[in-house]
Amino acid sequence: MKRLFTLTAVAVVFGCGCAQAQYTDGTIKIGVMNDMSGTYADLSGQGSVIAARMAVEDFGAAAKGMKVEIVGADHQNKPDVGSNVVRTWIDVDKVDVIVDVPTSSVALAVNEIVRDKNKVFLVSGAAASDLTGPKCTPNTIHWTYDTWALANGTGKAIVKTGGDTWFFLTADYAFGHALERDTAAVVEKNGGKVLGKVRHPFPGTDFSSFLLQAQASKAKIIGLANAGSDTINSIKQASEFGITSGGQNLAALLAFITDVHALGLQTAQGLIMTEAWYWDLNDANREFTKKFAPQDKGVHPTMVHAGVYSAVTHYLKAVEALKSDADGKAVVAKMKEMPTDDKLFGKGVVRADGRKIHPMYLFEVKKPSESKAPWDYYKLRATIPADEAFRPLAEGGCPLVKS
Amino acid sequence: MFELFGISSQALFGQLLIGLINGSFYALLSLGLAVIFGMLNIINFSHGAQYMLGAFTAYFLLQYAGLGYWWAIFLAPIVVGITGIIIERLFLQWLYKLDHLYGLLLTFGLALIFEGTFRNFFGSSGLPYSVPPALQGGRNLGFMFLPNYRGWVVVFSLAVCLTTWFVIERTKLGSYLRAATENPTLVRAFGINVPRMITLTYGFGVALAALAGVMAAPIYNVSPQMGANLIIVVFAVVVIGGMGSIMGAIVTGFGLGLIEGLTKVFFPEASNTVIFIIMAIVLLIRPAGLFGRSA
Amino acid sequence: MQRVAKARGDLALRRHSEAIAFLVMTGLLVVAPTFAYPVFLMKALCFALFACAFNLLIGFVGLLSFGHALFFGWASYIAAHAAKVWGFPPELAILSGAATAAGLGAIVGALAIRRQGIYFAMITLALAQMMYFFAVQAPFTHGEDGIQAVPRGKLFGFIDLADQSNMYIMVLVIFLGCFLLIYRIINSPFGEVLKAIRENEPRAISLGYKSERYKLVAFVLSATFAGVAGATKALVFQLASLTDVDWPMSGEVILMTLVGGLGTLFGPVAGAFFMVTLENYLTTIGQWVFVVQGVIFVVCVLLFRRGIIGELAQVLRVKL
Repeated sequence: MKRLFTLTAVAVVFGCGCAQAQYTDGTIKIGVMNDMSGTYADLSGQGSVIAARMAVEDFGAAAKGMKVEIVGADHQNKPDVGSNVVRTWIDVDKVDVIVDVPTSSVALAVNEIVRDKNKVFLVSGAAASDLTGPKCTPNTIHWTYDTWALANGTGKAIVKTGGDTWFFLTADYAFGHALERDTAAVVEKNGGKVLGKVRHPFPGTDFSSFLLQAQASKAKIIGLANAGSDTINSIKQASEFGITSGGQNLAALLAFITDVHALGLQTAQGLIMTEAWYWDLNDANREFTKKFAPQDKGVHPTMVHAGVYSAVTHYLKAVEALKSDADGKAVVAKMKEMPTDDKLFGKGVVRADGRKIHPMYLFEVKKPSESKAPWDYYKLRATIPADEAFRPLAEGGCPLVKS
Repeated sequence: MFELFGISSQALFGQLLIGLINGSFYALLSLGLAVIFGMLNIINFSHGAQYMLGAFTAYFLLQYAGLGYWWAIFLAPIVVGITGIIIERLFLQWLYKLDHLYGLLLTFGLALIFEGTFRNFFGSSGLPYSVPPALQGGRNLGFMFLPNYRGWVVVFSLAVCLTTWFVIERTKLGSYLRAATENPTLVRAFGINVPRMITLTYGFGVALAALAGVMAAPIYNVSPQMGANLIIVVFAVVVIGGMGSIMGAIVTGFGLGLIEGLTKVFFPEASNTVIFIIMAIVLLIRPAGLFGRSA
Repeated sequence: MQRVAKARGDLALRRHSEAIAFLVMTGLLVVAPTFAYPVFLMKALCFALFACAFNLLIGFVGLLSFGHALFFGWASYIAAHAAKVWGFPPELAILSGAATAAGLGAIVGALAIRRQGIYFAMITLALAQMMYFFAVQAPFTHGEDGIQAVPRGKLFGFIDLADQSNMYIMVLVIFLGCFLLIYRIINSPFGEVLKAIRENEPRAISLGYKSERYKLVAFVLSATFAGVAGATKALVFQLASLTDVDWPMSGEVILMTLVGGLGTLFGPVAGAFFMVTLENYLTTIGQWVFVVQGVIFVVCVLLFRRGIIGELAQVLRVKL
């Protein structure tokens, strides 16, 4: 087993070993675990390992005398595989921090283990807002986005720009229901109206019949409270049935740039969505992308990849300041105490409940004629300032906040 | 205009038509399964993967050879059919003497290999493929907006299904096929190359799956896992229809599409499960399926 | 003289091969935690029991169920729910999981045994898929999140299962107990009838055995053992999720049994350990996991139909 996991070392950055810092077994071990073979492989996958490696290089760990090692694993979207990997990583391979972990069932399982073992968990890929709500722990930081932020960003900004009547197309399971509930609340709070909803089975393939019901509602906005291939197929079929050209707009409540890439602009044009990061937003992002894309089969970084970069950078800073990675709670406390600052997300903070705070962006997908280069997909419609982007601290129900 | 349970007749017609479109895919896929099962006695678990291969072949033809939809609908079934023939020669032919279950397991393994390989090379989010220019747009039927392409899917798959039925049930070639299923030794005695016929039949069944894949490419997302969940529904369709007849597969395919369409209006939460519930009921009343001869 | 004695020794060895193999297996499992990671071992044991349950059906009745994830997954949901929400102690949580699996087994079995062979496989697959959709929608399963942070509790009120070694001992005892029970079933008169049905069903019927009833009982038994495995797994990992009810899980248990050896007593155990170890390796190479599983399927079906234990038994010329 031991040999097995040493094989997993993706990158080893050797230090001179001359510093007096106390690191468990001499190295800081970062475990990047996500879906490398399934549905989320494009938006997280190998790209997250690349992003983590870039963060370590840019931090200059070697020059600072820190020995950092990155290991990667595929949880295959199975919580039991994920917990087994994480337990072995922590107990046998002395991994100090777990990063990324899309798929909420796996992320929630890892959340428990990391708390029990007092290590650090930096979530970038998972969406569940419970991670900073009822299930928050002193060892977890939720970095990039969550369902609340997506619902809030998309709902509020669209209502404010005139999209005040909504119809929801909801995946019929806990995740879809939550997304629909959160968005509907935001829409109504801002003076919009929800005209109706239809719940489609998960996973589905044909959405035309639900889309016709949405069309008949005459709502200005059709909110897609689903994810992955369900979202892709809904959008594709909406364009086929002339729903978008008929004046109704689609709002995807959880979509990534890789989904837009899969759809092609012809189909995806006009789609509105919220993201935490976009590669073409500024020079620093473009420069990062130029280095990243060739390593990941040309795929441009998603917000999840950028989140991994930013989270690892901040973690290393905290460990450097503490000169120790042994006590997970202490490291996370330090991370909350220090303001965050990196080239991709700029300045920000980590809140007491473990929520990383930064602005969110509302994007509209470009028309094919507006796109000038491959992956040139978004135009910015609105920026949601950091203090409005995430769920207010008091409303999450995180036990850490009360004490 | 009348109303039924609070749903206007307009909406109802629209939903029925959509049900028919989905039924076309069920019919094409269960037809391919039925043909293969009839000759080889193998349940082709890789049928879903071969459907996916058809869609991907269409994508490749467009991307790398500049050949559009109309070429794809002709070439992709041939290409995938040939891979089917290779599979039959390499693997399946060694299994005929064994329990039928081994055929199921082998094709299940093949499906995993195909889907895994495509996932590695093309990711999991899928690839875009657009409706051919000649079929873009749609027409207003008064009760709904029907995209031209969907209309084409119904018409074309119905034509393919009926042709297949005609060839197998009403021509000389078909009678050889049916005879070879009943008694291969005797048919061989008449000087007919039965093994070759079996190989070609498998190729044909696979080609039907690929055809369905090409037709699905502009509607659904071309992705490695597009066939994985569909295949289970098609299995249920096959169990309901019974394996005995080609017509059974066609009629059940379209019929279940319609029923599923209605469920999506009246009780959308159950639209994923309705086919399985029907299957359970049919099994209680007619264990051999609606059109099947008892095994 | 010597040769006779040796032959006699061989014969004794052969007659007791199963007992010897059982002792070896038990011995290995008892010392295993000293060199392997306990959670990994417990996972492998749960899957080994699951595969044994599945093998009871395919190996000794000749029925290929493609829907065993249904029993495994639903039992783990019910056990997790019972332990977490109803506050059941672990032994009752596992029992309620097993009882659920038995009930589902009776319903699915009654429908499925109306057809044989591949139809049976397709029907079990379809029914399992239907129950998967229920699991996705039902509020108590928490959809994609799964039931998390399930307490392991105290066995019989005083053995604290939060302790890793206590937990391991309990899982081992459950596994060995069920394994012996399955062995007992296979070698009982009931088991002989099952084998007769497998070999030639019409003849068994003509001898006056109500084959449908025998098959149904075997199906329910198999479902129940699968349920015990699923419920135990929920306590080991302290979670229950959709992966365990989804159909790839049904495929995996088939693969485990096939790799180990269909219809052998120890095959499923060897197969489960092989596949779980492999899955661990595959977490590091990620992308190829499906391809590797597919290749194993193909190779096993074409060249290696007896499986690991089946081939071993062939070489040693003993029954395993």
